[in-house]
Amino acid sequence: MSINDNIFVVIMASAIFYGTPLVFASLGEVLAERSGVLNLGVEGMMLLGAVAAAWVSTNVGGPAIVVLPLAILAAMVAAGLGASIHAFLTITLRVNQIISGLALTIFAGAAGLSSYLAGIWHLGQTPVANQFLRLDVFGLADAPIVGPILFHQTLLTYFSWILVIAASLYLFKTRMGLHLRAVGESPQTADSVGIPVARYRYGHVILGGSFAGIAGACFSLMIVPTWVDGMTAGQGWIALALVIFGFWRPDLMLVGAYLFGALSSLSLTLQARGFHISTAFLAALPYVMTIVVLVIASNASSRRQLGAPAALGKPYEREER
Amino acid sequence: MKRFGFRLEPRSDLPKWLPWAVPVGSFLVALLVGAIVLSITGQNPFSVYARIVDRAFLSDGAFSGTLVSATPLLFTGLCAAVAFRIGFFNIGGEGQFVMGAIFGSGIALKLGADVPGVLAVASMVVFGAIGGGLWGLIPGILKTRFRTNEIITSLMLNYIAAVIATYLIFDSQSFWRELSGSGAVFPKGKVLPVIAWWPKLDFGSVIVPFGFLLGMVIAGWLYVLQRKTRFGFEMRIVGGAPTTARYAGIKPNRVIIAVAALSGALAGIGGATDVGNFRHILDPKGLQQSGFGYAGIVVAALARLNPVAVVFVAILLGGITNAGYALRGPDFPAGLVGVLQGLILFCTLGGEVLARYRIKRSSQSSAVETAMEPA
Repeated sequence: MSINDNIFVVIMASAIFYGTPLVFASLGEVLAERSGVLNLGVEGMMLLGAVAAAWVSTNVGGPAIVVLPLAILAAMVAAGLGASIHAFLTITLRVNQIISGLALTIFAGAAGLSSYLAGIWHLGQTPVANQFLRLDVFGLADAPIVGPILFHQTLLTYFSWILVIAASLYLFKTRMGLHLRAVGESPQTADSVGIPVARYRYGHVILGGSFAGIAGACFSLMIVPTWVDGMTAGQGWIALALVIFGFWRPDLMLVGAYLFGALSSLSLTLQARGFHISTAFLAALPYVMTIVVLVIASNASSRRQLGAPAALGKPYEREER
Repeated sequence: MKRFGFRLEPRSDLPKWLPWAVPVGSFLVALLVGAIVLSITGQNPFSVYARIVDRAFLSDGAFSGTLVSATPLLFTGLCAAVAFRIGFFNIGGEGQFVMGAIFGSGIALKLGADVPGVLAVASMVVFGAIGGGLWGLIPGILKTRFRTNEIITSLMLNYIAAVIATYLIFDSQSFWRELSGSGAVFPKGKVLPVIAWWPKLDFGSVIVPFGFLLGMVIAGWLYVLQRKTRFGFEMRIVGGAPTTARYAGIKPNRVIIAVAALSGALAGIGGATDVGNFRHILDPKGLQQSGFGYAGIVVAALARLNPVAVVFVAILLGGITNAGYALRGPDFPAGLVGVLQGLILFCTLGGEVLARYRIKRSSQSSAVETAMEPA
C-alpha cells in the first residue's frame, strides 16, 4: 500500500477538492462585504451559476477546452445578474440588506429559479457532457504525499489559488483595494475624498456574485457533476460563515474553506474505508463546526475588532452627513 | 458632478391609501415580471396564472387545499414576523418547525391510543412549542452571550435539525420509526394513534384544519401582545432603538432571548400541526422538500411583520403553493412557485421604498461641490 493511500493524504486531497467551491464563494462574499454590502444571496447565486454552467456544458457543442470556459462565463453572468438585483435594491433603493439577500436566495434557490430553469431545460437526467477532471500536473500526480494533494486537482482548484492571491494583492496592495476598504469602513470619508461609493459597491457586489457563480459551477461541472435541485446543500451559507471565520482576509478564508472541505468529505472517505461511524453525526459535523467556529470568531472579533468592515450592512445616504 | 438620475427623499407625510396600495401594486408588478419570465421561457403566462387561480381558490375543494398549504406558512410566517420585528433575524424557522414535528409526534406516540383526544392534541401543541422554542433559544443565547450572528447559526441549525429527523427515521431504530411490517424494509415513521389526529372542521363548502384556526387565534394574541402589553412595548423599543432601550430600563438581551424562544415556539407549533393535522407521521424527506421555514420569511416580509396580515398573506401564498402541487408536471416546473414568491418579495421590498421615500429627479450638483461653492 503506497503512502498516497494513507488516510490523511486522502483526506487532505479531498479537503482541497471539496473546499474549492467554498474558496470561490467566500472570496466573492468578501469583496461585497469589504464594500459594506452583506449579501445573503450566496446560496441562490451559486445555484444560478450551477444551472447555467450545467446548461452550457450539456448543450454547447465543441471541444471541452472551449465549452468549459464558456460554462464558467455563463455561471458568472447568471450569478452576477442575480447579484445585480441585490445591488440595485440595497445600494440604490437602500432596502434592508439582510431581507434582500434572503429574497435572492429564495428567488434563485433550491425551490426557485434554478430549479425552474433546470426543469424546463431538462437537466439532471445524465451527467453533464463536459466536466472538469483531475489533472496530472507536471506528471507529479503520483509523487508521494504532495502528488495527490497538490498536483492531482482540477483546473478550478488551481484557478481558485490564483484568485486568492490576486484578491489578497488587490485588497491590500492596490489603490483600488484601499479605496474599496475605505468605502466599507467609512463611506462618508470615502465620498468626501471623491471615491464613488455607489459605483464601488455595485462593482464589487456584482463581481462577488460572479465568483459565487463559479462556486456553483464547481458543483455541476466538477463535484457532482450533473444537475440536482439544491445541489449546493447549504455551502453558500457556510461560505458566509467562512468570511467571518477568516476575519475578512482571503488567505485565512482559504484555510477555513479546506477545513470545511475536509469535514464535508469525511463521511465519504471514512465510509469508503469501512469505518463504522454514524453517517448522521458526520453529516451534521460541518454545520456544528460552523456554529462553533462562528462563536469563537465572533467572540474574538468583538474583543479586538478584527477585520469586519465598520459600515457593513448599512446603506449609505449622502444626505446623512 | 451629476451622479444619479434620481434620488430618494424621505416622505414627511404618509397618504392614507399608501400602506395598502404599495403591497397591492408590488404584487401586480411581481405578476407582470413573472409573466415576462414565463414568456421568455416559452410558457403562456395567462394560462399559467389562470390555472394557479383556479387550482388555488376556485375549483372544487381548492380552497380547502389552500388552507392546508397555508397552515404551516402561517406558523413560520408568525415565527419570522415576531423575530424580525425586534431585529433578530431568525431564519431558523425551518429547523424549529422540524424540531416541533419531532417533539409533537414524540409525545403523541408516547401517550398512545388510550388518552382523551383533547389531551393528546393539547400535549402536541405544548411539546411542539417546547421543541421549536428550545431550538430557537440556541441562536438567541449565542447572540446575546457571544454576539454571534444569529442568521448563520439559526440557518446551520436548520440543517442539523434535518439531520436529526433523518437519523430518527432512516439511521436508527428510534421510537419514531415504524419497525414492524413494511417499515422493517422501507424506513418510515410510525403512524400516530388516530386519537391524536387533529380535527378538521367541515364548514360545508370548505374544510378548515384545526391547526389553521389555532394559528389565527395565536396571530390575534400576538397582535394584542405587541400593541397592548409592556412586553410589546419593550419589543418595539429593542427593535427600533436598542440604545434607547437601556435608558428606558429595558434589558435588550432578555427581550431578545424571550423573542427567540417565542419565535421558535411558533414554528414548533407549526411542526406539531404538520404531524398532527396532516401527515400523521414524522416524514423527514417531506419536511425537507417543503421549505416552510424559508417561505415563512416571504410571508412575514409581505405582511410587513404584522401578525394579522400574516394570516392573509399565508392564505395567498398557500394558494400559490397548493396550485403548484396540483399542477406540478412537465409544463409546470417545481421551481415556479419559488420564482413567483421571490419576485413578489423583491417587488414588495422595492415598493416599500416608494412608501417611505419620494423619488426626486436630481439635477443639482453633488453635495460636496455645493458645499465648496463660494457663498
